[in-house]
Amino acid sequence: MSPDMIRKMSVLDIKTEDLYDRDGLPVKDGLVDRRMGTLEPSQRCQTCGGLWSQCPGHFGHIELARPVYHVGHMKKIVEALKATCYSCHRLMLPEQEIVESISRYEKLEHRRPEQARLFVKKVVARATGSRSGEKALPMCPHCGVERRSLRLEKPVTIIHEKPEGDVKLYPDQVLMDLALIEDKRDIKLLGLDAEYARPEWMVLTVMPIPPLVVRPSIILESGDRSEDDLTHKLVDIVRTNKKLNECIVNGSARIVIEHWWDLLQFHVATFFDNEIAGYPPAKHRSGRPLRTIAQRLKGKDGLFRGGLSGKRVDFSARTVISPDPSLDINEVGVPKQIAEVLTIPERVNPGNIERLREAVRLGAEELKGANYIIRPDGRRVDLGRVKDRKEIADSLDVNYIVERHITDGDIVLFNRQPSLHRMSIMAHRVHILPGRTFRFNPAVCMPYNADFDGDEMNLHVPQNEEARAEALVLMLVQEQILSPRFGGPIIGGSQDYITGAYLLTQKSTMLNRSQVEQLVIAAGLDPRSLPQPAVTKPVKLWTGKQVFSILLPKGLNYANRSNTTHKDCKLEECERDDYVSIRDGQLLSGVIDKKAIGAGQPDSLLHRIVKDFGEDATSEFIDKAFRMFAYFFDHMGFTMTYDDVSLPETTIVQIDKQIAEAEASVAKLLEAYRKGELEPLPGKTIDDTVEQKVMQLLTDVRDRIGNLAADELDETSGARVMARTGSKGNMLNLTQMAAIIGQVAVRGKRIYRGYTDRSLPHFEWNDRGAEARGFVTSSFSRGLSPTEFFFHAAGGREGLVDTAVRTSQSGYMQRKLINALQDLRVDYDNTVRTPGGLIIQYKYGEDGIDPSKSDGGRSVNVEKIVERVVLNER
Amino acid sequence: MSARKSKTVQEFAQRADLTEFVSKLPNSDLLPVPVMKKIIEVSYAKNLSKGQVQEVVRQSVDQYLRSQVEPGEPVGVVAAQSIGEPGTQMTLRTFHYAGVKEYNVTLGLPRLIEIVDARKSPSTPMMMVWLDEKHRYSRETAYEVARKILQITLEDVAEEIDIGDGYVSFVLNEQEMEKHSIELEEVITAVKGALGKARSEKAEVEKEGKAAFTVINEEMTRAVGYRLKEKIKAVVLRGIKGITKVYLERKRLDQPVAGHDEEWYIITEGSDFARVLKLEEVDRTRTTTNNIYETFSVLGVEAARNSIIEEVISILHEQGLEVDTRHIALLADWMTESGQIKPVSRTGITLGKTSVLAKAAFEVTVNHLLAAAESSETDQLEGVTESVIVGNYIPMGTGMVELLVNLGAMRNVGDDERTKNGS
Repeated sequence: MSPDMIRKMSVLDIKTEDLYDRDGLPVKDGLVDRRMGTLEPSQRCQTCGGLWSQCPGHFGHIELARPVYHVGHMKKIVEALKATCYSCHRLMLPEQEIVESISRYEKLEHRRPEQARLFVKKVVARATGSRSGEKALPMCPHCGVERRSLRLEKPVTIIHEKPEGDVKLYPDQVLMDLALIEDKRDIKLLGLDAEYARPEWMVLTVMPIPPLVVRPSIILESGDRSEDDLTHKLVDIVRTNKKLNECIVNGSARIVIEHWWDLLQFHVATFFDNEIAGYPPAKHRSGRPLRTIAQRLKGKDGLFRGGLSGKRVDFSARTVISPDPSLDINEVGVPKQIAEVLTIPERVNPGNIERLREAVRLGAEELKGANYIIRPDGRRVDLGRVKDRKEIADSLDVNYIVERHITDGDIVLFNRQPSLHRMSIMAHRVHILPGRTFRFNPAVCMPYNADFDGDEMNLHVPQNEEARAEALVLMLVQEQILSPRFGGPIIGGSQDYITGAYLLTQKSTMLNRSQVEQLVIAAGLDPRSLPQPAVTKPVKLWTGKQVFSILLPKGLNYANRSNTTHKDCKLEECERDDYVSIRDGQLLSGVIDKKAIGAGQPDSLLHRIVKDFGEDATSEFIDKAFRMFAYFFDHMGFTMTYDDVSLPETTIVQIDKQIAEAEASVAKLLEAYRKGELEPLPGKTIDDTVEQKVMQLLTDVRDRIGNLAADELDETSGARVMARTGSKGNMLNLTQMAAIIGQVAVRGKRIYRGYTDRSLPHFEWNDRGAEARGFVTSSFSRGLSPTEFFFHAAGGREGLVDTAVRTSQSGYMQRKLINALQDLRVDYDNTVRTPGGLIIQYKYGEDGIDPSKSDGGRSVNVEKIVERVVLNER
Repeated sequence: MSARKSKTVQEFAQRADLTEFVSKLPNSDLLPVPVMKKIIEVSYAKNLSKGQVQEVVRQSVDQYLRSQVEPGEPVGVVAAQSIGEPGTQMTLRTFHYAGVKEYNVTLGLPRLIEIVDARKSPSTPMMMVWLDEKHRYSRETAYEVARKILQITLEDVAEEIDIGDGYVSFVLNEQEMEKHSIELEEVITAVKGALGKARSEKAEVEKEGKAAFTVINEEMTRAVGYRLKEKIKAVVLRGIKGITKVYLERKRLDQPVAGHDEEWYIITEGSDFARVLKLEEVDRTRTTTNNIYETFSVLGVEAARNSIIEEVISILHEQGLEVDTRHIALLADWMTESGQIKPVSRTGITLGKTSVLAKAAFEVTVNHLLAAAESSETDQLEGVTESVIVGNYIPMGTGMVELLVNLGAMRNVGDDERTKNGS
């Protein structure tokens, strides 16, 4: 900004460093003069007459006694000085080149601003000769005067290197030199602007004083005033400026003037940035560094990231979450206490007047009440303070606005951080429940990545019809069933739902009439219309598959392996009931498990239902089916016991034998190594070779023992069922519990560090044996020896560290990705463009398909269509 | 034999027939080529009637059109989320295969970050070198090529090194030299070449006997000698510099070719794409490197773009994470849009943004603001961050809709209405 502009927008010239007079009133022409805006809500601004909430504040200014540099622009100042001739003040490039460069620059300027910037850098480098490999012209091509060599001594001293010695260049001189750069093209090629950013403006002669709202003073409890850091800094500037002025007027010695000048420069510099290399940071009385302008803008909690890109909102709530399978997937249970605070403004009309009157009557303390009324004249009535709400309710008329409590069925946004993808914030319908936690159906855990070990979530209430409509159409839970990441369902069952489904659809499940009716009622269906029973005599019995089929939409066809599938399953002819086949809404074979109803499973039954019957049908299916599974699961009973992971004596003996054998062969290998008989593997050192071979041996034995144990474990035991159906745990977990834990690895290697040449003092030095390097032969059920326990803990710790590091790394990567890609969108012509109109893709993804509408990434599922066509013809 | 042949011809005729039939159906030209091919293939395999094929095409077109992206879809954000979100689920450790052959490859999150940051060279560069007809079918021939590629440094053939005041002497292993058919003369020339470049290391190289030589420089201290030793040790005598390890791998062929049912290829640690492609024995059409910059400088941006996509897909796939290719393609297209590979960081894509506010809100806030002041930038407030900062709707989805009103025309309409109502 030019000095003139600063003066023009200023409302006063600051003349004194005093803030308040003896009466505690702001001093006229001081730094807290109320013409720069008001701080108390009751006062009116002395400049614009606006109230505190209306007045944006007004700038003041200080006339500096001597010019000082703006620290932020030091580099550019030196660049400009170097690039121009100090005699004729032209850019030190031949005329021809200037003409060429300017035309090139103008072409780039609008099309590719970042390249234009790079181009300017190049031009300036050519003129100054700072670019490696390019010698600058020794003399000015315009007037022939020799170049002077300048040097920036950080932070703010510019040195002229003369043959007879270095001479300091003062800001006033610099100001003159810069002011004389006249040629508009030269200025442009310097990367500046002749009209709005002249070079000499980088040297301050007048300083703008920010308005009071930027640096409010606070009144402490003790009644003392405490000023903002910026005000403190400004006091320093005004005081120093005054001193400097006096010195100049008094004709003080040059050295004295220079001292004050330098001090002024320091204060002005730290006012802008208090973290300049070479300057000590300006400190508060307490020793805390001052938070000046640059510090306010910077970083995560700075103005940009903390205050402008992310803003705090009203109408939101946060509390602990807990599961509630009886809620629909698109519902959220809201505690009474929260529902009485969050409101929706509703305009009164003849249709809703009675309902709103009732709400007003109930008031702020009652559910389904209201907190405020806004009258047509704009006045707000706080219903919590009104004595006679009945009267107010009766006076309610059309065009009043009632801020009523949220009630069942209202649309709210529900969110869990970190919000890594768009399913982290979805619209739910409110369901007010007793208790103090938010509740939702555990099927929606996956998109939020939530569990219930103390997680908290946020809730936001949209305040107008437009926002509600958008939330309802775009953000409702069922609209988000298909993840845009891979085009498959991200909502689905987990844990008990899956076990329940498996138990229900098992071949052996036969149910009598009352059981079936119970299940059907649990799912919320009519128990009067049941399918024909599979067995009629001696009693009517239905298979679990039949009951499950009641929920399936008619016309559904699906075939896939289940999670329980063995490698050599004969598909349709599978004798173990592992191949799921659904024809026209009837489950003909196979068990329903993770592969069919699990969350995040591509090509699952849920996926098929969404694609063929739509989101609403799916959400209904999930609601009903999952309630049925949960009911069946509850009443069937299910547990896991110690017996599930305990092995018979004979097996344990076998395992011990295996371990002994493995340890023996490790010993043999090490013996060979010691004797130097071992051949190194190609490209490996001998030590690495041993390590690898030992690892191989131990992994093999673990696998063998694992298989051994797996054969012994009861197929129908709770633990085994959970592992098989994919509801919780896997075979590795089970073998670790039943048979052997195996090798603990830290950083991909066996444990070798700890003590000198050994992992723990319990072992011999340089013992490379299995046990000494973290091979845990015990199982969890048998219990670990002290050394084993230590090794296992070491492995566990690595896992924790790993997670901690990973989250921060991937978080930063995601921030970068989002920042880079956020501006891209599909335009009306189906091209992908930046907001500037630059085309990135002519057709999104080369086929214009939205992944969340695709069928698992396929634009068209040809097989499915063919199948449908063929079936329909029959 | 002939019967079989005639059947294939017949098949061909039918297929061509079918292709023509399908291509003439209404709207079938809307479908992408792969989908068309799939339709023909499946229809053929299931032996559908023409009416059924017609119905399949109709439904396909319907599904295709219904799955189109809608204008305003913030595909960038969705892509970024879809690539970033699985990052939290990835393992940090460099994975190692539990096989005998164990090559050390950076995978998972670190590798993904490497690609996204467009690092000049990956932390574990490697190539997959495919071979030409002559060399691909046997281990021996493949090994021949591998030997050509693998770098042999002086260290590999040296047996003894002695450093003294003013000299460094090397004794070489004759067996090793013979194995790689390296002559002493050759070694000396190479060493001389390595020395010639540095002025301070001017020294004489003297041959000593059959397999030894000494580097002599009177003024050389032991410390300099030590440094010199390291330098000479790294002199490459055979193969391609930077290729530190080679592994032979085989792949089973789908169909036997000329009696061979498997094919050999080479995996290398270290990468020098340009020089490997120069070798006669290498199949240039299939050989790849994981160094995206090399792909870029050898084969161009388009190849680099494909390389980015391939690499990201393989990382995610290896971790068992499913991400739609379209997201990765968008990222790759955006990174390579300018004809260069721009990293996804403040020095790359973000720097190219036009908005000061957007740049300031990302990283190095103050510098961006100062630079903007210097060149008097204006902010068009077109992007997402700027819109959020100033409180506008973001220019995507439902916020993208703008209304252009012809105020002049409006005024007239209003007048008409008023007069009508008045009369």
